Amino acid sequence: MSATASAPVTAISMTVNGKEHSAEVEPRTLLVHFLRDALGLTGTHIGCDTSSCGACVVHLDGDPVKSCTVLAVQADGASITTIEGLAGEDGSLHPVQEGFWEKHGLQCGYCTPGMIMTGAALLERNPHPTEEQIRHELEGNLCRCTGYQNIVRAIQFAAEQSS
Amino acid sequence: MVAAPEAPERMVGKALKRREDPRLITGGAQFLDDVKLPGMTHAAFVRSPHAHARIASIDASAASSMPGVLGVFAGDDFMDLNPLPAAWQAGGVTNHPVTPRVLAVGEVHQVGDPVAVVVAEDAYQARDAAQAVIVTWDPLPAVVDAKKATEAGAPQLHEEAPNNIVLEWSCGKEADRVDAALAAADVRISHHLINQRLIPTPMEPRGSIARFDPATGDYTLWATSQAPHVHRLLLAAFVFGIPEQKIRVIAPDMGGGFGAKIFVYYDMAATMALSKKLGGRPVKFWEDRSENYMTTTHGRDHITDLEIGAGKDGSITALKVKTWANLGAYFSTIAAGIPTTLYGRMVAGCYKIPNIRVDVVAAYTNTAMVDAYRGAGRPEAAYVIERVCDLVAQATGVDPAEVRRRNFIQPEDFPYDTGVGMLPYDSGNYELTLDKALEQVGYTGLRQEQKRRRGAGERKLLGIGLSSYVEVCGVAPSKWIGLPGEGWGAGLWESANVKVHLTGKVVVTTGSLPHGQGHETSFAQLVSDRLGIPYDDIEIEHSDTQAAPFGFGSYGSRSLSVGGTAIYKSVDKVVTKAMKLAAHMLEAAEDDITFENGVFSVKGSSESSKTIQEVALAAHVGYDLPEGMEPFLDETTYYDPPNCTFPFGTHVCVVEVDTETGGIDMLRYLAVDDVGNVVNPLIVDGQIHGGIAQGLAQAMFEGAVYDDDGQLLTGTLSDYAIPKASQLPWYELDRTVTPTSVNPMGVKGAGEAGTIASTPAVANAVNDAVGHLISGEIAMPFTPERVWRAINAH
Repeated sequence: MSATASAPVTAISMTVNGKEHSAEVEPRTLLVHFLRDALGLTGTHIGCDTSSCGACVVHLDGDPVKSCTVLAVQADGASITTIEGLAGEDGSLHPVQEGFWEKHGLQCGYCTPGMIMTGAALLERNPHPTEEQIRHELEGNLCRCTGYQNIVRAIQFAAEQSS
Repeated sequence: MVAAPEAPERMVGKALKRREDPRLITGGAQFLDDVKLPGMTHAAFVRSPHAHARIASIDASAASSMPGVLGVFAGDDFMDLNPLPAAWQAGGVTNHPVTPRVLAVGEVHQVGDPVAVVVAEDAYQARDAAQAVIVTWDPLPAVVDAKKATEAGAPQLHEEAPNNIVLEWSCGKEADRVDAALAAADVRISHHLINQRLIPTPMEPRGSIARFDPATGDYTLWATSQAPHVHRLLLAAFVFGIPEQKIRVIAPDMGGGFGAKIFVYYDMAATMALSKKLGGRPVKFWEDRSENYMTTTHGRDHITDLEIGAGKDGSITALKVKTWANLGAYFSTIAAGIPTTLYGRMVAGCYKIPNIRVDVVAAYTNTAMVDAYRGAGRPEAAYVIERVCDLVAQATGVDPAEVRRRNFIQPEDFPYDTGVGMLPYDSGNYELTLDKALEQVGYTGLRQEQKRRRGAGERKLLGIGLSSYVEVCGVAPSKWIGLPGEGWGAGLWESANVKVHLTGKVVVTTGSLPHGQGHETSFAQLVSDRLGIPYDDIEIEHSDTQAAPFGFGSYGSRSLSVGGTAIYKSVDKVVTKAMKLAAHMLEAAEDDITFENGVFSVKGSSESSKTIQEVALAAHVGYDLPEGMEPFLDETTYYDPPNCTFPFGTHVCVVEVDTETGGIDMLRYLAVDDVGNVVNPLIVDGQIHGGIAQGLAQAMFEGAVYDDDGQLLTGTLSDYAIPKASQLPWYELDRTVTPTSVNPMGVKGAGEAGTIASTPAVANAVNDAVGHLISGEIAMPFTPERVWRAINAH
């Protein structure tokens, strides 16, 4: 969001996908809007206004967060990874991205970036989750297309890759 | 002369990974909210907090001078535009369509009705200013229930629709005849069903971005649209009164639709008009989820009374259905066709019912508009007829599987007319899917276990729910569905163009478009096989009115069977022309040329052949063509299907109901579907999964709730229960393949089948578990509280 004449602004800086960014933002600016509108990282999506859907999940200092529920100023000094920064520099897909492609873990793809970021964070903490654990961990991410079965398979596929 | 190539791998039938996915899993896709245009401005609407009220005054003075505000407009500023169109009015009866204007004028009829709009430099500023617009309201009484809305003394929404009645419609046999059959039946059942209101909830909400070009007078509209050409047509011809070619509609990547993105919405016209008012600056509107829930269309919402007559053997001898369909505050684009053609004419399901009649009253209420939502009428029909089968089983003591078997339309009966005005079902083998499902689920064993638990007085009871469904898709023959018959105000054919370029690469443009279904993959598979050109050399273009000649869009599970057939036929035309040219190039008679795996050969000569790429090159350069032949392999088809298609199947749901808590555990969910031939099994299975999840969610979790004043109580994603990963079962899928003869590929459609089948499967399972402990019907969704209350009601 652009600052306006009457609105107070705060200077922030953060590392996003390995790159330093500094900006002045209104204190009320949501992190998701900062990523999408100021940095042009539109892979992080907005699907609700109640922190329910998880389409906006990014990693903040390694933890999955709903970026609609974090103010940009709260991320000052943090390191953020978005879906655009998950693949390797050579373009090689993250195992969870591969899993989603391999197992048809997406249809419309709108929830997918958030799902993948949540799945990747899960495997960081628990490299070999059970089906029940996967389903439990995905409770903050809603998908309307797949019925979740292939999302579970996608994350299982990724877990198998790291074994 | 070329070496005969190895036979390429057949693509059709292969579970190919989708070519759409790389951009979607890396954040590279472009959804509407990602579109950024130079100088783009942002619109925010001022909405009614009342379900029914007169607008006494609108004061925009404070808002107009707020930072970044470019303008504030009210309904009077858009009176040069017509109300939105009513494109599908029910056939053969009088309709009373009252459609919304861009902004409400004088009176509002639902919570969320837009009455003013602010345009500002950024979205935050637009919302700030919208909050500062002061509207004075004179609230009026509201009604939210379709049946109550039609009763004497109910608040009246629109002068044009006395008693709030949109239409009254019937199909099937004469009432007297059905009444006589009911009176003569061995067993007579009266029952009441509610098919509750649902909110479609694609994960991507809706929005519009419009840009007016003052130099040419042309508009470009980027929209979340399942039907860009139809939107262009309706906006141009009905709302703006300008030539069609003055509008270009582009649908970017779309985050699901499920029907809700078929319709023409206020914001499309608003952003277009606003861009013109602002001298051509682009205007963006992007609804948030709360706005989506308030003002984007809802689905279902039927109240139904049933009179059932049956023989002691479980045969259904008579069925009388009376349904009140809630259409909400206004007439949405194709709302009237859903509870009539797509519901009433499918109530017979896959059964021979000699005396059947359906009466429908559609009503206005002070709620969000109701229109097509995944399945659109067929889930409501399947819920009725599949509950009827189980009610007959319960009343006669005949096993539910046997009731279905006794009443099934048999394979030799096709084509079969069910007597309710639907097109004849083309093909089917219903018993095959039932047998397969029963065997795989271990039906006999489950029934024994159910009996044992009941006998032992166990706390957790078993329920087995069957749903043998048939649906109608691949809509539709224009002469059937069009104005003189079913009332659809256009044709319903589809177009496709296929070009083989000089380089041998193929570009297909199609009027069908995906919002998650993977058309780019499936269509390329189909073309690759037919042309013998590598899959990677085939590009599918869609979602832009400047691409395909015309398109009726994607809904009604029509993309492959109608849109795909248009592609198939265009490919045939390309091959026919290429054959002529190959004969010329090979100096042979056309009759002596064969075409296989992308190679034209002279019969009996392995030496003499040309690849399709060589022929495409010759066609394109045009140096040496047969007399009278035009250059370029470029063919277009407008395909109007001769019939709809009728996929079917049997789903089985096994639940365990805790009689002390009302909690339900889903133990098994098994589906045997017949969608005809399958192009990509990975994609088809995915469609079935998602369909099951949505239908199951209706039975278990979802329901839009309004209070008596018309306030939407389930107005956000924290109040409306979209199922989570932990709440859904593992789906066991199988299929039978009964190809249809309606189209040359033998394909039917798979997008809605799961949703149509699964709601009654779950409803029957829960009723099967505890039906003997309750009276009447447990209303969906089956929350533990509802189930517990039903069990403990007496």
